[in-house]
Amino acid sequence: MAWLRQTPRAPLEYTRTLWMRSWIAAVLVFLYAPLLVLMIFSFNDSRRNVVWRGFTTKYYEKALNNDTLVEALINSLTIAALATAASLVIGAMAAIMLWRFRFRLKGVVDGTISLPIIVPEICLGVAMLIFFAWVEWPNNLIWPLNLGAITIAHITFCFPFVTMVVRSRLASFNKEEEEAAKDLGASDWQAFKDVLLPHMRPALVAGALLAFTLSLDDFVITFFTSGPDTITFPVKVYSMVRFSVTPEVNAASTLLIIITVVLTAIALRVQGTKNLSVSH
Amino acid sequence: MTDNSPIIQIRKVSKRFGKVTAVDDVSLDIMPGEFFVLLGPSGCGKTTLLRMIAGFEVPTEGQILIDGQDMSRVPPNKRPVNMVFQSYAVFPHMSVAENVGYGLKIAGVGRAERDERVREALELVKLGGFEERKPDQMSGGQRQRVALARSLVMRPKVLLLDEPLSALDAKLRAQMQFELADLQEQVGITFVTVTHDQDEALSMACRIAVMNKGDVAQLTTPSDLYEYPANRFVADFVGSVNIFEGKLTVDEPDKAAVDCPGVGRIYLNHGVTGPHGGNVWVALRPEKIYLHVPGHGNAVRAAGQDAPEGHNFARGVITGMSYLGDITLFDIKLDDGATIRVSRPNLSRHDQEVFEWNDRVSMHWRADSPVVLLS
Repeated sequence: MAWLRQTPRAPLEYTRTLWMRSWIAAVLVFLYAPLLVLMIFSFNDSRRNVVWRGFTTKYYEKALNNDTLVEALINSLTIAALATAASLVIGAMAAIMLWRFRFRLKGVVDGTISLPIIVPEICLGVAMLIFFAWVEWPNNLIWPLNLGAITIAHITFCFPFVTMVVRSRLASFNKEEEEAAKDLGASDWQAFKDVLLPHMRPALVAGALLAFTLSLDDFVITFFTSGPDTITFPVKVYSMVRFSVTPEVNAASTLLIIITVVLTAIALRVQGTKNLSVSH
Repeated sequence: MTDNSPIIQIRKVSKRFGKVTAVDDVSLDIMPGEFFVLLGPSGCGKTTLLRMIAGFEVPTEGQILIDGQDMSRVPPNKRPVNMVFQSYAVFPHMSVAENVGYGLKIAGVGRAERDERVREALELVKLGGFEERKPDQMSGGQRQRVALARSLVMRPKVLLLDEPLSALDAKLRAQMQFELADLQEQVGITFVTVTHDQDEALSMACRIAVMNKGDVAQLTTPSDLYEYPANRFVADFVGSVNIFEGKLTVDEPDKAAVDCPGVGRIYLNHGVTGPHGGNVWVALRPEKIYLHVPGHGNAVRAAGQDAPEGHNFARGVITGMSYLGDITLFDIKLDDGATIRVSRPNLSRHDQEVFEWNDRVSMHWRADSPVVLLS
């Protein structure tokens, strides 16, 4: 451990102590070991996942040739994209309304807007099932209209997250900036577009990421709102696992992980990571 | 529009927020090319008045005219005024050039002219070459200059400044006081500034309106404000002052006298046309009192030269001193009981050794120094 002692350790340099490093390593293992195992065994040349039998990519081939699995993946991505877009608009508008205006029953709206976050998913799922039956939501629509019910359900539990993130961002907005824009001749819309929206941007990116990932991996609510021909990826994986956990499931999951990681990386790259935490 | 018609007319303007009256029936005129300052403690309504001129608040009663036009139904983005905000409100996601050019862009000014005017405005506030900087790479003083340039580039009829110097440190503030006054002279635009800082107001303004509880307590030039305060509030708020309550016993065209318990009789060399025998207050600035070492008759002689008929003369003991470098402040307990504050310039290096704690001192002041206040 000579390399540790190049200079004496400063009192707060805990990352140079052995116990702290071990702890960090343990945390990382705890977080990522299951995912790594899942990814590694997606290349396992065996129909069962227990013993390593050599490297192969044939399960990726198999997964990509499994039409229902691919269809489920496409469904999931479509729903996630639609739900994210709608949640962003609704969530941001709700946040601005609660931040900017005083109105009757504001307290009630403020208190109930985050209900979909708090209510147990299973209850929300059952509620959605009953609701769509009650309004007699049509069942046999063509793609992508048949995803409507699931998308609406996803928007319901995604937009409060966007509202929360955007609202906390708005709290740091200097209202004089908006007044300055108007003072310089900007209309309400121009002031919003040129001053408030740029301020909200990091929160919108973060909210979109949240909404997208929440929607993509939601199982419970989707399970209750999906019909026979509107299977999403998590629901499909669940039905596959019911028979056996094959490397095909691993391969599909690995693809999903890669998709989300890449999308997140792109979003952070576009935005600049530091803006997510730094406020002006 | 001739030169001597006011650029801003405030006519009987009141502003109430619920039950709170922020501005109470204020009328005043601001002349073109003037450096006008609204001075007052926090909560006196000065910022509300400024925001009503800018259009961010609507008067509950009364009317505001800019360049002869009623502004009642004109929104802020259509008014020929621009504002420098207390927080500067520089747009953080735009470069300096984009900030300064924002108003011109909204107004539809073409690229080439815009760039030229932005460059000129930045030169004016001594920020030439900072075009591509982002606000978070600048100091508070520089950001303020950006805000100034952003407003000046619009060539407004009136520039409104809300506490422009309050966020700067003392040295920079003193420097900016001069720069703002210079700038105003250079561009010839009417400046209306809100401040709670009397030094700022005195050093920059052509005229000052002192506000108190939504009212204009006095409106005059800086020197008149200091030398001839109209009431106790102004005398006390602007500068430091000794105020003694007393009875007006002599009030003739060329002389007056007030009997102040604890001080004695204070003589003036002019009449005050106040209520004879009534309660009045005498304001006396600390720097207008001369200190003397007692026992040599200097104080009596000096007082006698000033006012042959009635000597403004007192004796006391130094009960407090604070040495401030350029001046020393003395708190002196008078033999008659009152405590008076005197400031004395340290004209030589050893000046502060002349008077010490618990020393007996004599003092006199000129008969034209005290101001009699009726309210």
